[in-house]
Amino acid sequence: MHQRRTMRAGDQPWVKWTLIGLALALTITMLVMPLVIIFTQAFSGGLQTYLGNLTDSYTLHAIGLTLFVAALTVPINLVFGVFLAWLVTRFEFPGRKALITLIDIPFAVSPVVAGLLYLLLYGSNGWLGSWLADRDVQLMFSWPGIVMVTVFVTCPFVARELIPLMQQQGREEEEAGVVLGATGWQLFRRVTLPNIQWALLYGVVLTNARAVGEFGAVSVVSGNIRGETNTLALHVELLYQDYNVVGAFASASLLAGIALITIVVKSFVEWRQARQRAPLDDQSDNR
Amino acid sequence: MLRKSSWLSKAGRIGSSLLLGASLSVAQAQAADQELLNSSYDIARELFSEYNELFAKQWQEKTGKTVEIKQSHAGSSRQAQAILQGLRADVVTYNQVTDVDILHQRGNLIPENWRERLPNASSPYYSTMAFLVREGNPKNIRNWDDLVRDDVSSVLPNPKTSGNGRYTYLAALGYAQKTFGDDQDAIDDFLRNMLGNVAVFDTGGRGATTTFVERGIGDVLLTFEAEVNNIAAQNEGYEVVVPKISFLAEFPVTWIDKSVEKNGTEELAKAYLENLYTEDAQRLIAGFYNRVHNETVKAEFADQFPEVELLPVEEIGGSWENVMKVHFASGGKLDQLQRR
Repeated sequence: MHQRRTMRAGDQPWVKWTLIGLALALTITMLVMPLVIIFTQAFSGGLQTYLGNLTDSYTLHAIGLTLFVAALTVPINLVFGVFLAWLVTRFEFPGRKALITLIDIPFAVSPVVAGLLYLLLYGSNGWLGSWLADRDVQLMFSWPGIVMVTVFVTCPFVARELIPLMQQQGREEEEAGVVLGATGWQLFRRVTLPNIQWALLYGVVLTNARAVGEFGAVSVVSGNIRGETNTLALHVELLYQDYNVVGAFASASLLAGIALITIVVKSFVEWRQARQRAPLDDQSDNR
Repeated sequence: MLRKSSWLSKAGRIGSSLLLGASLSVAQAQAADQELLNSSYDIARELFSEYNELFAKQWQEKTGKTVEIKQSHAGSSRQAQAILQGLRADVVTYNQVTDVDILHQRGNLIPENWRERLPNASSPYYSTMAFLVREGNPKNIRNWDDLVRDDVSSVLPNPKTSGNGRYTYLAALGYAQKTFGDDQDAIDDFLRNMLGNVAVFDTGGRGATTTFVERGIGDVLLTFEAEVNNIAAQNEGYEVVVPKISFLAEFPVTWIDKSVEKNGTEELAKAYLENLYTEDAQRLIAGFYNRVHNETVKAEFADQFPEVELLPVEEIGGSWENVMKVHFASGGKLDQLQRR
């Protein structure tokens, strides 16, 4: 029987090519070109200047501080995220829905506002801050403050990755474990963790990327002290204002490099996640 | 199942060793015997990085101790806010008196008479507002009254958002008061015409420089004498014009009593600021086109700084507090003059 072909919008060649062209033009002008410019500017003074800019003592300190902040933030949010996801997907309790909504607050709030909130709370005129100041504890304008706001800004990433997956996987495997006599820790290490590890890694990669690159919140609580509270993202702005454009782009190229590595790791994790899920789907088909 | 989780523990080990390395690199930075934190305005970086080197050397010769001076630079109003919120800076070196005053008024961190603690009202150097014109001075701009001519267009930072622009506004006001005496209408007309000739109000001093130099807009740029000289020295095709009458822009410094008490840096902080008045330091500061008080250095740099009658804020508007209220507050004189 002759079937009449229905025309869809995308079937007309001019529509197809216009859309592809538009998407391509946008990708090149909005994504690829800025990235290329970062590296061409960074290397515009030659490799020697580039390395000179990166080994400047203030830049080295900024790199060290940025890694330090990320190294504290990631484990904190990893534990927090796993704990939270476990709580809301494995247990029923009043306020569970509200808790899931609360996790998204750092996403909804502008980082600058987050920084200001922390400043108003923990700054020396703040509610908790004045009490802390009397006891000689300084949180704002030193590294603990930077870690605090970074933890706040990045705390949803791990939990947000885990919750849908753990909801989808359900509790059967864990219940089987309990029946077989596993302790809580055994249950977590041998059943839960292997099931969520790729999603967990995905969350960690995102957390790390954001922790390294965070500008707004950190800028508010940092105090801009060179060689002390200056993270890499802040350092880029500082160098730029100093008219040291090449130096600014050299530091920016490091951040861009981290971003590129993040994308590669992210794609790899997504690929592994898909592979891990595939056998599960096969089993369900056979059932 | 057991094998699967093994890479996670490996990652954990790598992570913890990274953490250790990073914390070591942060801890390493504390090497000097003493530390001092200077909270400063944002275009003073080059000046203070050279001065810090000079001071650290002299301090070590005098006391045998090494000192590391940390710098924090941003707009001085923002810097003052940070100190009020708990940034424990030992000394402040600002470009606006009002930003130091606020440390007393809102935080009681310094005594009210802080200006009397160091010579020249605690202002180790000063500057004034000057003109930058294009080569050959084609519009023949010599003084404030040339700015109200119909054929002249000027560039200055917005007095609403920038101290730099405020100083220029007050300089013009001071000139008008000198010229027209008690005739308030004539003074208002003069200011209205001058503001009407402004081609671009940038938000800050550096922005105004870019507008005039990079984009080529306007016949004259109004900004600090130091900035004007800097541009003329680094670029071809510009000339510096210093008007006969201008505003006295002070660069106040003080130590923060509350902080130095806590940090145990009182002696160091005082020495750091007092040292700004020594001949070596004044020479260094003059090298950055700022006017200084030291007579010897003054004589050395005489041809760099033409004679100007400098009007302090007290003579133009009574006090900073009063000037801010009358001229720059919402609905104040500045807003009225710009209404068309």
